[in-house]
Amino acid sequence: MILDSKIPEGPLAEKWTKHKFNVKLVNPANKRKYDVIVVGTGLAGASAAASLAELGYNVKAFCFQDSPRRAHSIAAQGGINAAKNYQNDGDSVYRLFYDTIKGGDYRARESNVYRLAEVSVKIIDQCVAQGVPFAREYGGLLANRSFGGAQVSRTFYARGQTGQQLLLGAYSALSRQVANGKVKLYPRTEMMDVVTIDGKARGIITRNLITGAIESHSAHAVLLCTGGYGNVFFLSTNAMGSNVTAAWRAHKKGALMANPCFTQIHPTCIPVSGDHQSKLTLMSESLRNDGRVWVPATVATAEKLRKGQIKANDIKEEDRDYFLERKYPSFGNLVPRDVASRNAKYVCDEGRGVNETGEAVFLDFRDAIKRDGKDTISAKYGNLFDMYQQITGENPYEMPMMIYPAVHYTMGGLWVDYNLMTNVPGLYALGEANFSDHGANRLGASALMQGLADGYFVIPYTIGDYLAQNPAGKIGTDHQEFQKAEKEVKERIQKLLGIKGEKTIDHFHKRLGKIMWDYCGMARSEEGLKKAKAMIKELKAEFWSNVKVLGDNEELNQSLEKAHRVADFIELGELMVDDALNRNESCGGHFREEYQTPEGEALRDDVNFAYVAAWKYLGEGQEEELVKDPLVFENVKLTQRSYK
Amino acid sequence: MNLTLKIWRQKNNSDKGGFKDYKLGGVSKDMSFLEMLDVLNEELSAKGEDPVHFDHDCREGICGMCSLYINGKPHGPQQTTTCQLHMRSFNDGETITIEPWRAKAFPVLKDLVTDRSAFDRIIQAGGYVSVNTGGVPDANEIPIPKTIAEMAMDAAQCIGCGACVAACKNASAMLFTSAKVSQLALLPQGQVERKTRAEKMVAQMDAEGFGACTNTGACEAECPKGISITNIARMNREYFSAVVSSQNV
Amino acid sequence: MSWVSKTLKSTLGQKLLMALTGLFLILFLVVHLIGNLQLLLPDNGESFNLYAESMAQNPLIRVVSIGNFAFILLHVVYSIMLSRYNKSSRPIDYAMSKASTNSSWSSRNMGILGTIILIFLLVHLKGFYYEIKFGEMPMVDYEGVTYKNVFAIVAAAYSNVLYVAFYVVAMGFLGFHLSHGFASAFQTLGLNHVKYSPLIQKVGFGFAIVVPALFALIPIVMYIQSL
Repeated sequence: MILDSKIPEGPLAEKWTKHKFNVKLVNPANKRKYDVIVVGTGLAGASAAASLAELGYNVKAFCFQDSPRRAHSIAAQGGINAAKNYQNDGDSVYRLFYDTIKGGDYRARESNVYRLAEVSVKIIDQCVAQGVPFAREYGGLLANRSFGGAQVSRTFYARGQTGQQLLLGAYSALSRQVANGKVKLYPRTEMMDVVTIDGKARGIITRNLITGAIESHSAHAVLLCTGGYGNVFFLSTNAMGSNVTAAWRAHKKGALMANPCFTQIHPTCIPVSGDHQSKLTLMSESLRNDGRVWVPATVATAEKLRKGQIKANDIKEEDRDYFLERKYPSFGNLVPRDVASRNAKYVCDEGRGVNETGEAVFLDFRDAIKRDGKDTISAKYGNLFDMYQQITGENPYEMPMMIYPAVHYTMGGLWVDYNLMTNVPGLYALGEANFSDHGANRLGASALMQGLADGYFVIPYTIGDYLAQNPAGKIGTDHQEFQKAEKEVKERIQKLLGIKGEKTIDHFHKRLGKIMWDYCGMARSEEGLKKAKAMIKELKAEFWSNVKVLGDNEELNQSLEKAHRVADFIELGELMVDDALNRNESCGGHFREEYQTPEGEALRDDVNFAYVAAWKYLGEGQEEELVKDPLVFENVKLTQRSYK
Repeated sequence: MNLTLKIWRQKNNSDKGGFKDYKLGGVSKDMSFLEMLDVLNEELSAKGEDPVHFDHDCREGICGMCSLYINGKPHGPQQTTTCQLHMRSFNDGETITIEPWRAKAFPVLKDLVTDRSAFDRIIQAGGYVSVNTGGVPDANEIPIPKTIAEMAMDAAQCIGCGACVAACKNASAMLFTSAKVSQLALLPQGQVERKTRAEKMVAQMDAEGFGACTNTGACEAECPKGISITNIARMNREYFSAVVSSQNV
Repeated sequence: MSWVSKTLKSTLGQKLLMALTGLFLILFLVVHLIGNLQLLLPDNGESFNLYAESMAQNPLIRVVSIGNFAFILLHVVYSIMLSRYNKSSRPIDYAMSKASTNSSWSSRNMGILGTIILIFLLVHLKGFYYEIKFGEMPMVDYEGVTYKNVFAIVAAAYSNVLYVAFYVVAMGFLGFHLSHGFASAFQTLGLNHVKYSPLIQKVGFGFAIVVPALFALIPIVMYIQSL
């Protein structure tokens, strides 16, 4: 199988402009004859649904939450990047492009990333026009802050709730189209399968989460904007409901899954407090602007700290190791996430961790408070400090925060071409659900940028190209493929309900999470991955014979919802392990212990692995087929990433 | 900690429902309230009993999906969301009463899960600036005084959880509605549709069956995001000036 | 439906009427109090009786008094409508509620307070207004002119300790009603401002204590004088 990424010809900076001219258009009067399904209502989904409806397409938008406004984009805190160069500090589209490519450890497509940087400026304009209350300077113009992996201030923000404000902006645009009758909204509805007819995506099967009704929806194109799959680790910063089901069902229907092992471990999360933990909470990366990361210089001091014999504030300046500032003097505490996380792991592995479990480092605001005053710090981070105190019961104004890395984002996802279309014609993937823009590591404040870029400014152009080549007119749901898919969904539900085993769903999810975290987390090795693969296979067999799913289909049944999702996570977990095993190099968030520089940095192998690993599902119980989509770098020189 | 949980169980919307008592042991002070319920649900599931259904998603206090009327207060004893409420706020041996949000406009779907789509319809009535994607001016062409931007942000922080409705003795949605009306009334971007927005959103709020405001201030006191009732005053101003001066007959 | 009736049917429109009529009644309380305080002047009721007569003769006051009755009626009717509507907005109540932790008792019980005040008002109107207007009145001469001796009726009423107690207690309820109603009316009108609202709160609080207290003082003093 050969993948065509459809990257336009020509110089990097002109590709998108040229492409926009070359794509076929759908006549304004004909747009109303096309139906588009959008699954997921986060930044990518809501912005796409609203923008397509504005153009005149008939949109059906689906989300499993009770309202589109709850999608997990809402939890993004720190900000959104854009190459506005409002700060006059040397930013440009090219610099944002370069930072993103480099930050992704040269495993992303140049053309996609350049387009992302190019449209980033329009996103800010759009959001401001919608009434998103971004932070401002006294003169009334927009304020910026800096984020990891960049040496310019290009991050726009709305306190520590940027994701919320951007999502509510997109949600408002979506709501307007609902009122206009151009979008039909289906909340509390979960996508169970994609329906393909003659190789093209023609609709989806859904389950109404209140009544359990299995329904068919047809359309000329299907957009999956269903986010990432970090919950494969059980513990992550994702929402409890975030899942891979939509993407995974698409994968099983033929869509390729690309770079699934590329997961981002975010350095600034609140450490695990016990076995009861259901999720992890992120503290915005922006905290690293003013907070200093440290651990005690010696294991002996760390031990005293863990035993509670001394407090953090008792440790003298010379006994502290500000390890990021020490190792990376030019970026300091603002190194990219993968680097910060890995170094936190190193110092904890050395025995210098600072909480009872030994898996935490300090993030200290003492010096910033001394320098800028408590009020300034509170104005910048007040809500984050409050959240920290609420969860841990400790006051971060007086005691340094304790943080530890946690799974946060998945760079991998459905393979898409330049048009954001998967290899299944008519099936698109937007936002975190696709693999396209972040390579092996995503920079802070770039997820919001990508979600909105895809939804507001890419898909409205590229979808027309596909639709214009496909006849308009009603697609019914009476085709046998719909009936077949419905039947399969119902059978699967009955199968899950019929197992009536001994173990709860969470029992399996937690076991899967532990396997993934131990062997496919911050550091991976061939030996560990092989072990993990065997364990996951075993887990899968046990799940399908011994899981206990209560209740019936014809009701609100959260056990059944979870069972579906966990079943898919188990299969995904296996593929992630396969992908990590295949990639015999270290890059970004994928760190193979066998491949590191003498200083412990990721060691890439550009000769053998400068490609996107796209995986093709071949059938139940069969190993997936690897399809390589080569990455060609014409504009940037591949170098060892250095933040020193 | 050992607890007695008095939880509202209701099979579906047409079921009458009632309270059921559960004993739960081994609760840690560091658990969040929802994690405590997770533990209960694991125990129930293991026994083959239907777990207690409740809405939750982000568990970071921002998505607004969690609800629960705990011991006579929305989101429990702290002014935060239920997901951010921790068991250290309770005592060993305590009986905790857990009810769903109660409002005509928020019908119970199952156990503690309610239908809050009325809020979506209020936003659909006018909680937006009617700009299409593209074709907007450069972001810095709309300067906004910092104080105004901050006030707009204060209002925009609403997470749409419905605690205001749950807390209000009249099940009024004034705080929710006014937060959006205020945000857009304060900002220059919202001026064009200012009057129509106030009229339509208030009309939708009434149509959903939410009660009237009697200025008790309970909503503000219980709002996990501290949205102020000055927004309600602003919405009243917006509405009254709109009805007397708009072109909508 | 015209925009006027649509507005008046909206919850906000109804609240507006409550606030406006409430504020008018607050104003009325002030005027009424100033007049009544003349009962305490040591002139055996002369100034008060002259004042009562001038009020009765003034056409403007007559119009205002009709308005006053209309506003009381509106205030009552709309409060009943709103209370019923609000009650219907929560068909099933909570099994456990700690409303006292988030709002004041009077703010949640304006309906009950208002009902008690209404009962007082009816007794009050029957006792004085009706008697003065339609009853057999004792008369009094000042400088050759005959006036109705309203003072005598009041003094007679306030010599009854039960009547006095009823008045004093009713004024207590009025105080609670005002303690929420005064500032609440401004909030409903949209007059909430960082500079002025604290003042409104304070004035409202003071008003809710001083005005009912002065009203209550009159029967108490007159009762003591009657002993």
